[in-house]
Amino acid sequence: MQNTREQPLSPPSGFRPGDLRRKMRLSEDIIEATLFFVGFLTIFITISIVIVLGDQALLFFADPAVTVWEFISSTHWQPAIGEFGIWALVSSTLTTSAIAILVAVPLGLSAALYLSEYASPKARAILKPVLEVLAGIPTVVYGYFALLFVTPILQTIFGENIGVYNMLSAGLVMGIMILPLISSMSEDALSAVPRSLREAAYAMGATPFEASVQVVLPAALSGIGAAVIVGISRAVGETMIVAVASGATSKFTFNPLEAAETMTAHIARISGGDLSYNSVDYNSLFAIALMLFLVTLVLNLISQWVVSKFREQYE
Amino acid sequence: MQPETPQYAIETRDLSIFYGAFEAVKGVNLNIEKGKITAIIGPSGCGKSTLLRAFNRMNDFVPTSRVKGEILLHGVNLYGKEIDPVEVRRRLGMVFQKPNPFPKSIYENIAWGARINGFRGNMDELVEESLRGAALWDEVKDKLKQSAYALSGGQQQRLCIARTIAIQPEIILMDEPASALDPISTLRIEELMQELKKNYTILIVTHNMQQAARVSDYTAMMMLYEDTRSGTVIEFDKTDVIFTRPTDKRTEDYVTGRFG
Repeated sequence: MQNTREQPLSPPSGFRPGDLRRKMRLSEDIIEATLFFVGFLTIFITISIVIVLGDQALLFFADPAVTVWEFISSTHWQPAIGEFGIWALVSSTLTTSAIAILVAVPLGLSAALYLSEYASPKARAILKPVLEVLAGIPTVVYGYFALLFVTPILQTIFGENIGVYNMLSAGLVMGIMILPLISSMSEDALSAVPRSLREAAYAMGATPFEASVQVVLPAALSGIGAAVIVGISRAVGETMIVAVASGATSKFTFNPLEAAETMTAHIARISGGDLSYNSVDYNSLFAIALMLFLVTLVLNLISQWVVSKFREQYE
Repeated sequence: MQPETPQYAIETRDLSIFYGAFEAVKGVNLNIEKGKITAIIGPSGCGKSTLLRAFNRMNDFVPTSRVKGEILLHGVNLYGKEIDPVEVRRRLGMVFQKPNPFPKSIYENIAWGARINGFRGNMDELVEESLRGAALWDEVKDKLKQSAYALSGGQQQRLCIARTIAIQPEIILMDEPASALDPISTLRIEELMQELKKNYTILIVTHNMQQAARVSDYTAMMMLYEDTRSGTVIEFDKTDVIFTRPTDKRTEDYVTGRFG
């Protein structure tokens, strides 16, 4: 660029055949390589976790005291007497997670719809920070909230039928914990729906409820589905709340009024004890973790399938 | 020519539209004749769309917007305290600049609006009739269950017209309905408008003066006040008058392309 301010802007004079040749752009190459590395790092980490879990779980299943069949078919988990039936732990994980999702999805979606379709800027300015505070509370606090606040309330309702430790209280509070996650992810999805679609709905004489539930919501369903999937994963993997409020005895039951230990709570409790390395009990933790991984995976696949059935694409 | 008694579909009385303190449109008086096509023309940013959106109360969604004056439908002020904007929009359909079909099937695009408006008749018949009314039936009759997004832009816009006539509005508002379309699709929309005016009153905003001259019976010319930057209608007359012997010098400059 030989242009100085005295001359007006003009095309460069002269043209050499090499001018259009490919140039080395080292910074581009470095950036691409870095992004590639970071992108694949997550995959490497996931694979490493599966390998570690699988490796240790193999040791567990290789133990003469254990059979794979017993693991996946029995409903008794009592390592002390050599009973390793995973369903005793899976049942409570599924029960508490189901309660949490039943609480969090309707409430979170309603909050998201309100925030994105109805709320005045003023109401938004109050409600959003409150929801974010809810998201920032440590789960151990939620756990004691469940045990010391929610359970006594439930006891006045159910009386003798509900114990101090129960899955209902843990599930309800877990629902409150994942509510902000579901509402903020859903709100993002709803806000991303083009304004032109809302205008189309309103111009057809839709009420705000018809427009938001029948046009905007279906258009945002893939994003909302992602929110539910993340919510399920959080619920299944949540440890502190269930460890504090849901009890420490493994039991095969789907009755939310009973106490039962979840997979995560069991892992947390046992690994905190003085297990000897390479004992059956120790190795069983990895088998549970592998099962946890599988449960999350299966639930994710189911949710993705459900979303793909119902979603409406607007591009 | 025998004297005709004008029958107005909708009228505005000293209509002003504000965004906050800014008066975007000022003092508009229009008597829109029934069964005719009325075009609103004028340079960019003079408030044509704002004026059009005031008719079906779409400006309500702009939080700071406010209206002074009246819009009268059968003598009833659409901005009266007891008026439900949802009911207003059921009587004044709207077609937008960019085709905006719902992310649903072609069939559902039409059925949805009818359903929320309480239609209880034969839905299949209504869908067919609406699509025929929008000159789209022959192109889509074998793929009613397919997504509306599989259609071309011109077809999507005719689908939007079809879903609008499915709710049987009295007036159809069109906001530059052909500006995102190619010339052939534009021509089809213009032909369709001539068909539609047998049953509906049409108000169309357009940038395209040839289009206004081709399709409309009446034309309202809008312009900005130099000092306040508010838009207003400076001249409103039969289209051939506006385009051949306008009274306002600014209209003449604009329609002959000497504007600016």
